[in-house]
Amino acid sequence: MIISAIFFYLFAGVCIASAIMVIAARNPVHSVLFLILTFVNAAGLFVLMGAEFLAMILIVVYVGAVAVLFLFVVMMLDVDFAELRHGLLNYLPMGFVVGTALLAELLFVVGAWLIAPGIPKVVTAPIAAAGDVSNTQALGLVLYTRYVYFFEAAGVILLVAMVGAIVMTLQHKPDVKRQRIAEQVARRRSSAIEIVKVRSGQGLP
Amino acid sequence: MAAFWSVYIWPLVVMVAQSLLLLIILLIAIAYVLLADRKIWAAVQIRRGPNVVGPWGLFQSFADLIKFVLKEPVVPAGANKGVFLLAPLVTCTLALAAWAVIPVSAGWVISNINVGVLYIFAISSLGVYGVIMAGWASNSKYPFLAALRSAAQMVSYEVSIGFVIITVLLLVGSLNLSAIVEAQNSAWGLLGWYWLPLLPMFVIFFVSALAETNRPPFDLVEAESELVAGYMVEYGSTPYMMFMLGEYVAIATMCAMATILFLGGWLPPFPVPPFTWIPGIIWFVLKASAMFFMFAMVKAFVPRYRYDQLMRLGWKVFLPISIAMVAIVAGVLEVIRG
Repeated sequence: MIISAIFFYLFAGVCIASAIMVIAARNPVHSVLFLILTFVNAAGLFVLMGAEFLAMILIVVYVGAVAVLFLFVVMMLDVDFAELRHGLLNYLPMGFVVGTALLAELLFVVGAWLIAPGIPKVVTAPIAAAGDVSNTQALGLVLYTRYVYFFEAAGVILLVAMVGAIVMTLQHKPDVKRQRIAEQVARRRSSAIEIVKVRSGQGLP
Repeated sequence: MAAFWSVYIWPLVVMVAQSLLLLIILLIAIAYVLLADRKIWAAVQIRRGPNVVGPWGLFQSFADLIKFVLKEPVVPAGANKGVFLLAPLVTCTLALAAWAVIPVSAGWVISNINVGVLYIFAISSLGVYGVIMAGWASNSKYPFLAALRSAAQMVSYEVSIGFVIITVLLLVGSLNLSAIVEAQNSAWGLLGWYWLPLLPMFVIFFVSALAETNRPPFDLVEAESELVAGYMVEYGSTPYMMFMLGEYVAIATMCAMATILFLGGWLPPFPVPPFTWIPGIIWFVLKASAMFFMFAMVKAFVPRYRYDQLMRLGWKVFLPISIAMVAIVAGVLEVIRG
């Protein structure tokens, strides 16, 4: 118990500190790197709660793919930070509203859970005890039975988003010569070369 | 107090001792993997390779280690110092961390976690950060270009590796690496391992592993004809050595992964007495070495891919085949198991 408490405070502390550094760091690339540190520590918290599948998925999806794209964009853009700081006061009220809304929602959820512990059980699906089935299996049993339509709908939405992004960036340039691998592979000796006997002193007709 | 000792301190001591033992053996093995790589490359080109330090050049890697450590580390004036020095550390640490879950023999594993495959997948997908951070922090053109293209390459091939792993998981029904090996244990011996039923996936995994670890013919990260030495241009001495070490440890991890997923891990090739007497660790090392021999041979005789061909291979060839195989394997299993 002591060990897991120590690790909890370690992960939670680093998580909050690096989350603050995300908005406090002067260099945008450092911000993204701190964001990655936050993700990794959040994954550590998941592991402490026994949700190791979620922890690994968090790292694979967010750290391994999404944050790489963030880093890409931030590195390629030439962000002028003096300019950005200049507009800080304009965005502060808006940020304050969003932050307050999030905090209120969190308080509602945690408050309901504290006051009436039975309430969440009404809307959530029951799963087997942690010892009986593995993490992955428990998640799959709920996702593919009770929530299968939501799950499939989420998949379709992501697919539509992906197709949309591709359509928007796809450009058809008619005058570009493209490599056609199938044509190259299908080429035979007879169509590629021609052997001509050249008589000396006469050349080709 | 006695309970505190037996519950906390003793397991900690055991864990640290196990980890240290694994790390030391792994690092010595990597020294010889490096030497083997150079020797095989030399043999293909009818050269002798390193043969001066020690008998047949056996101590070459250790001489290189001393040379790297004794040199002065140079940090370029325009570099972002913190990130510049963090990048090789990240590469090296992540590569070594993956070995915490790899079972080298029945029960011989430091952490036998339930999501072992996902853990290795997650750790190897983090490997791209070492490259990107190094490329950006160097504050120089060639490293940055190399970092961008290698990041795209590594992210692309992760996708097909993910689908290959899913086909294996469909057959096994568990994400635990030891369970994956045990599932391949049958009276058929080596014909029961997954390389045969999943042969196309094995080939895709092998090629994707080459691309994921930036090995030739996909070493576009350090394509010396275009990018000098890629993201490592500005690095020297110990930081460079850590990149090199991280790269070879990642290659060893991929060989171990291929061994576990497709070649039956520590299982003997024929489940009859003369073979079952040999301990599992020897079979594991033999199989992983055979995989590495393939890696080294590919490096020696395949020319480098062009970047657009690399992307085409990843997205237009491997991805559709692996998605189709996931559907086919799932369908066949559904029919067989009812």
